[in-house]
Amino acid sequence: MSLSISLTVNGAVRDVTLNDARVTLLDLLRERLALPGTKKGCDRGQCGACTVLIDGRRINACLTLAATLDGAEVTTIEGLACGDMLHPVQAAFIDHDGFQCGYCTPGQIMSAVGLIAEGRAGTDPERIREGMSGNLCRCSAYHGITEAVLDATTRIAAEKARKSA
Amino acid sequence: MNLFDYTRPASVEAAIAAWVPGAAWLGGGTNLVDLMKTGAMQPGKLIDVTRLPGLDRIETLPDGSTRIGAMVRNADLAHDAGFARAFPMVAEALLSGASGQLRNAATVGGNLMQRTRCAYFADPHSACNRRTPGAGCDARGGDTGGMAVLGWSPACIATNPSDFCVALAALEATVEVQGTGGKREIAFADFHRLPGDTPEIETALQPGELILALRLPAEAAQFAANSRYLKLRERTSYAFALVSAAAALRLDGGRIVAARLALGAVAAKPWRVASAEALLVGQAPEPALFARAAAEAVAGAAPSGENAHKIELARRIAVRALTAAAQGTPDRMPALPASVFGEPAHV
Repeated sequence: MSLSISLTVNGAVRDVTLNDARVTLLDLLRERLALPGTKKGCDRGQCGACTVLIDGRRINACLTLAATLDGAEVTTIEGLACGDMLHPVQAAFIDHDGFQCGYCTPGQIMSAVGLIAEGRAGTDPERIREGMSGNLCRCSAYHGITEAVLDATTRIAAEKARKSA
Repeated sequence: MNLFDYTRPASVEAAIAAWVPGAAWLGGGTNLVDLMKTGAMQPGKLIDVTRLPGLDRIETLPDGSTRIGAMVRNADLAHDAGFARAFPMVAEALLSGASGQLRNAATVGGNLMQRTRCAYFADPHSACNRRTPGAGCDARGGDTGGMAVLGWSPACIATNPSDFCVALAALEATVEVQGTGGKREIAFADFHRLPGDTPEIETALQPGELILALRLPAEAAQFAANSRYLKLRERTSYAFALVSAAAALRLDGGRIVAARLALGAVAAKPWRVASAEALLVGQAPEPALFARAAAEAVAGAAPSGENAHKIELARRIAVRALTAAAQGTPDRMPALPASVFGEPAHV
């Protein structure tokens, strides 16, 4: 069966015809929309490498059927930076060495963006670690990741305070 | 993954009319899509119920009960301030399960319908009576460390993996369902079934029935000050329970006037023992009493393989949860929900 959906990906409207309802958002992004920044790790919802935002909320793209996303707004790692200006979470991951091989990093960063937007972990490292537990890092860069999320939380809060002042 | 038809009906009535044998309701998809990838589930049709109108609300009904639409996402329920204040144990159970990403997608109705995490069930190349009636059970004599110690049968030794359902069982939730025969309500204790000779029949739902909502009775909120959900797992976060316990007490003048206790991950359904709760009522909350109640809660337990340790773990987690409940619900959700390693509840 063929299905037509329209969704917004990183700010651009994309009209997609699926000839098969089995397509996941992860495969749609990587194979159809030329956005390979979102990674396929386990493809089973266990590693978090495929984390993206749907309508601002972090989810696992590997377990999300594309057919369900008509009208949705998707943000991937490719949609975070403004040109050469990195998103604060991206910058913080570099500053704090929040990765080694880098494969899980897009998922880590998208998860961190979602976590910070949820606004419940604050600057408590334990709550950040718990909030990031859906993202595995086999290089075990967890210390740097926690430091990066902590720092990005502070930077984003400062930026917000500056704007509202 | 098998080929399937996908449809997204606009109303509950249209969804129920769209059901055909072999169809599956699609909620958050966090469990169903995963099992479709392994081939353990091969529905011919997915009926997407996530956008059905009216199923995404949390509301207080005139009788004081709380009604939770089946398509409310786990994260939204756990973080709803009013809900978490009235039912902190339920919120803690929800937040102890899965990851932030999965909780954003998973629905409360789907949580009730999630399948066992028995590896032999998920692997279509293993024999599984639950997946294929009469096929046999490769779990028996296999890797049995996480399997059931209560209520299992020779046909199936799998456990129900839900955290949420353990808390719901303790608080006597009801499940509102609708099918072609109309609406009906199912008491939580009757919703999930023990395997017996028919492990493939997992719930009281009839084919084609859809969960519309859960309801928590008004009196369930009376446990808010003294209730905890605690869970032992192989890593501190993002892991299914080895064993868990939901404990809720109502204290008055230094005595327990009402008590609820349910165990998780020990059976194919949340395990609630009325006689264990009855032991607690009228007594002062003391370690020796909690030990007696916990022993009563696991009475009749038997290993289904190399998992006798789970009986002792279940007994201990019940004592810990009762002790924590007596000390008082934490003012703020612990950094590590349901962890026995978190900050003490009473500090």
